[in-house]
Amino acid sequence: MLSIDSLQVTYGGAVEAVRGVTMEVPDGTVVAVLGSNGAGKSTLLRTISGTLRLHRGRVDAGEVRFEGQTLTGRDPGQIVRQGIVQVPEGRRIFGRLTVEENLRAGGMGNRDRAAKAKARERVFDLFPVLKERNTQRGGLLSGGEQQMLAIGRALMASPKLLLLDEPSLGLAPRIIGQIGEVIGEINRQGTSVLLVEQNATMALGVADLAYVLDVGKVSLSGAAAELARTDEVQRLYLGHGEAAVTEQVSRGPRRTLSRWTA
Amino acid sequence: MTQFLSLLFNGLSLGAIYALIALGFVIIFKASEVVSFTHGSLLLLGAYSIARLSESLGFLGAVLVGLLITALAAFVVERFIINRLRGAPVISLAIVTIGVDIILLTELIRRIGPDILNVPHPWAGESVRIGGIGITQNRLVAMIVAGILIVLFFVAFKYSSWGVAMRASAEDGETAALMGIRQGRVSALAWVVAGVLAGVAALFLVGSPTPGVSSAVYATALRALPAAILGGLDSTGGALVGGLLIGVAESLAAGYQEQLLFLGRGFGEVVPYVVMIAVLLVRPSGLFGTKELTRV
Ligand SMILES: Nc1ncnc2c1ncn2[C@@H]1O[C@H](COP(=O)(O)OP(=O)(O)O)[C@@H](O)[C@H]1O
Ligand SMILES: [Mg+2]
Repeated sequence: MLSIDSLQVTYGGAVEAVRGVTMEVPDGTVVAVLGSNGAGKSTLLRTISGTLRLHRGRVDAGEVRFEGQTLTGRDPGQIVRQGIVQVPEGRRIFGRLTVEENLRAGGMGNRDRAAKAKARERVFDLFPVLKERNTQRGGLLSGGEQQMLAIGRALMASPKLLLLDEPSLGLAPRIIGQIGEVIGEINRQGTSVLLVEQNATMALGVADLAYVLDVGKVSLSGAAAELARTDEVQRLYLGHGEAAVTEQVSRGPRRTLSRWTA
Repeated sequence: MTQFLSLLFNGLSLGAIYALIALGFVIIFKASEVVSFTHGSLLLLGAYSIARLSESLGFLGAVLVGLLITALAAFVVERFIINRLRGAPVISLAIVTIGVDIILLTELIRRIGPDILNVPHPWAGESVRIGGIGITQNRLVAMIVAGILIVLFFVAFKYSSWGVAMRASAEDGETAALMGIRQGRVSALAWVVAGVLAGVAALFLVGSPTPGVSSAVYATALRALPAAILGGLDSTGGALVGGLLIGVAESLAAGYQEQLLFLGRGFGEVVPYVVMIAVLLVRPSGLFGTKELTRV
């Protein structure tokens, strides 16, 4: 369904963020991409969703194809209409808009009213809390609810492929578990998922296939269950599961700060 | 007391006109992240077009075509200049809009020349009395029309898809793009709406008590900028409150001129700026502005 072929991406013509990545998201699967900070995971997703340009990034070589058509050079709006929607890192919900308005914004790329009504029903089924909080400002939701809103907002465009950038970031372990279950449910309903994560326990639990990204290159790939058994993943990602989670929690507020001063 | 009420009422009608212009500043700022100094000349273009066309097209036709011209001019500025400079520093963009303003203004002044252009408003120049308060018919119509437009604007801004797209895109442009919201389209539409609002303001600013199209209209239009800034440049509610505040302050200062002589003649003209500075000293981001903006 989605295939990435020898992709190379640089920022500002200097920083090589992705260096020759090849990967595949087969139709109907959940594919996980693991990697530490700076591995190039977000860059990969930006390339697919067409927002690289907003970061002064450029595809130097390689190609991204979706259902046989190239995505390179298309703008984000066209890509949404093709059926790919990205949930950005850090949730980025519209804090001054209500939950309902956030969902409406998510449906903007989708002209089909009937499809939108169906998507809304699906979102409220998956996240009943969003229905309860419909008229509240997004900024007043808890972190977990905001992540649900971010996913729900993306589903409003009825994507065939959902891109998730570190949905577990800054969330409590119990909520991370729920997010994992929701991702599995979304996939069972027929949406393919490309899941970028640092939380390997959650990601490998829900994924069919997985790739490990290391400084812009794929260092490991294979079936998620097999990958979970390899020494490298055990040592780097699963062995420090506990520590990784606390580190993510403490990263939460600092991230917000850096966005404020940026 | 009657004098006070009368000044207040007249100030509110002037303020409603300012609010129309200030709303334009604010939505352009939200959608395109640029402070549009092109607004004064856009407004003059509206006034000039309506005046010139009214002989051949009649009043109503001239107003419609005049508004269309103003909206089109705003659209062209956005499409061919602002849109292409997306990502340029805020200051450069502001200076670019000053450049466009000067070009347009110079051409308009050349065209107006020594002529005195008048817009033949169907409502006469006389005053009407409402419960002892005198107001010109022009200002009364202005208040009603502006009131309706402002309500329509706020309803659209709150409930229409355009409003949601605009607010989403103003809050976080990249994420809005990820939803398939086209920022270029949102921005172009904002300029068109601002152009129409400026055109409507122009229609009333060239009527009594200050009839005639001249570059004085331009100076008047610029007073809506302090209105937008003191309300908070990214707040539509702020534009409304700021516009009314400036209108009332100006009217009171002019009305009590004799008592305010110690401040010098013509205090009415500088009062918008004085009020703006006073508000900003207390609230640097304006009455309803977002704090983050103070860093821009
Ligand atoms: N907007 C940007 N401009 C310049 N360099 C960037 C930008 N975004 C990311 N990078 C760099 O690209 C590399 C990959 O970053 P990123 O894709 O964000 O990694 P990850 O999401 O895996 O943490 C890092 O070295 C990072 O510093
Ligand atoms: Mg990232």
